[in-house]
Amino acid sequence: MSKQLYLSSSPHIHSGDTTSKVMRAVLYSLLPACAVAVYFFGPAALTVLLIATLGCLATEVVCQRLMGQPVTIADGSAAITGVLLALNLPPSSPWWLTLLGAVIAIAIGKQVYGGLGSNPFNPALVARVVLLISFPVQMTTWSSPTPFGSGLDLVTTATPLGEWKNAVMLTGQMPPELQSGMVDYFLGNMAGCIGEVSALALLLGAGYLFYKRILTWHIPATFVGTVVLFSSVFWLASPDKYPNPLFHLLTGGLVLGAFYMATDMVTTPVSTKGMLFFGVGCGVLTVLIRLFGGYPEGVSFAILLMNAATPLIDRYTRPKTFGTSGQGATS
Amino acid sequence: MTLSREFRKGLWRENAVFRLLLGLCPALAVTTSAENGLGMGLATTFVLVCSNIVVSSLRKVIPPKVRIPSFIVVIASFVTVVQLCMEAYFYDLYKALGIFIPLIVVNCLILGRAEAFASKNRLVPAVVDGVGMGLGFTLALFVLGAVRELFGSGTLLGYSVFGEAYQPLILMILPPGAFIAMGLLLAGMNLFDARKQ
Repeated sequence: MSKQLYLSSSPHIHSGDTTSKVMRAVLYSLLPACAVAVYFFGPAALTVLLIATLGCLATEVVCQRLMGQPVTIADGSAAITGVLLALNLPPSSPWWLTLLGAVIAIAIGKQVYGGLGSNPFNPALVARVVLLISFPVQMTTWSSPTPFGSGLDLVTTATPLGEWKNAVMLTGQMPPELQSGMVDYFLGNMAGCIGEVSALALLLGAGYLFYKRILTWHIPATFVGTVVLFSSVFWLASPDKYPNPLFHLLTGGLVLGAFYMATDMVTTPVSTKGMLFFGVGCGVLTVLIRLFGGYPEGVSFAILLMNAATPLIDRYTRPKTFGTSGQGATS
Repeated sequence: MTLSREFRKGLWRENAVFRLLLGLCPALAVTTSAENGLGMGLATTFVLVCSNIVVSSLRKVIPPKVRIPSFIVVIASFVTVVQLCMEAYFYDLYKALGIFIPLIVVNCLILGRAEAFASKNRLVPAVVDGVGMGLGFTLALFVLGAVRELFGSGTLLGYSVFGEAYQPLILMILPPGAFIAMGLLLAGMNLFDARKQ
């Protein structure tokens, strides 16, 4: 008997994925969106990206040093939070706004709960919503895209969703030209947060994550599907007032939210059924806030609200243990 | 049991807000500025001391079975006094605190001290306990209000601290800011106590 027999509890097979490998893949997948952002919004976008990422890394180091914990910035999770935060900010964000967001994301959104894996809310979205509530002027000063060579710095304008909400509040009617620029919306040639403008770039990155099997279809598909279905109902009922589902899909932060923010492994349900619930909930809330809420965009609020509901969803969608009857299972 | 001990316990070791987590509803709701916190704290202190005096004096008269309703009647009487006085002499503060002045009646700190202390102790300790607990409550509300006002409006007791260029973090004077400030202050106190030992 030269060979030893190993006895251990599951898991017996490890995929070889580590936190840092997953995080690195997510970072790569965000590169197209970052590139598009820099193309459309120029150095302003690059500055926001750099400040947010470095700010998050620095805050993580400071927090972990203060609490006497090992510094884990090498796992890449703080960098991802930084990049996602930057992608959720307007291109004209002043430096202090971005930096404050980075500190809030890591310190209040993540480290006070005990770091990666213990935070109930998506840190980048916590920071975005804190900033949005605290600095409504700076957070809703949008710039129209000014591609390289156009000779302009930044031109302020409204986002398509914001324009729709204003028009409907003033006249009760939707301006018809709003729905004519679908190709521009798809490519990213519209006003909005740095990273949310280009659905194409985001979908490219998401495709890479699907290929790497880091993303599963459950949350993005149910989230996007619910938004399309639910907004279709309103559109079909009164097409003069409510925008069509494609408009909902391509403008605002839906693609960014559905593929990158609502799929955060830490803050979303673990079971398949739970993920489906989560996606549907996000979709319904998004459409409700967009159409009837005070803010033009509701993706970040929807995801945070569903983050809060995640422990409950997990509790009610616990898979049945094999071999036990439904009622007999202990909770 | 010494009187100074009874007095000091309310300030830190058994601080109503930061240690017992009692009376959180007014502590979180009205502390949008240091002034509001101070006003609410002093109003509560007055009611607490007066109710402790009456409850302690009547502790042998009140039948145990109906003691809670009796305490509430005593407390409610003093709250009415406070409310009418504030409306007459501090109208701005009265407007700012709003519904939370009549709600002092149901502040669990006051009923808690009546039940746990005043109804079992003689008059002098009951007064000292009420003053200590009330000042501890006032201190907590003042600190919470000061922190929130400082970051949420950039002022302290109405005076500008950070200057004109400061962009206030409005969230801090909204409800989420109350919870965040409260949590961070609690963490700070725990850290301080842990270091001291």
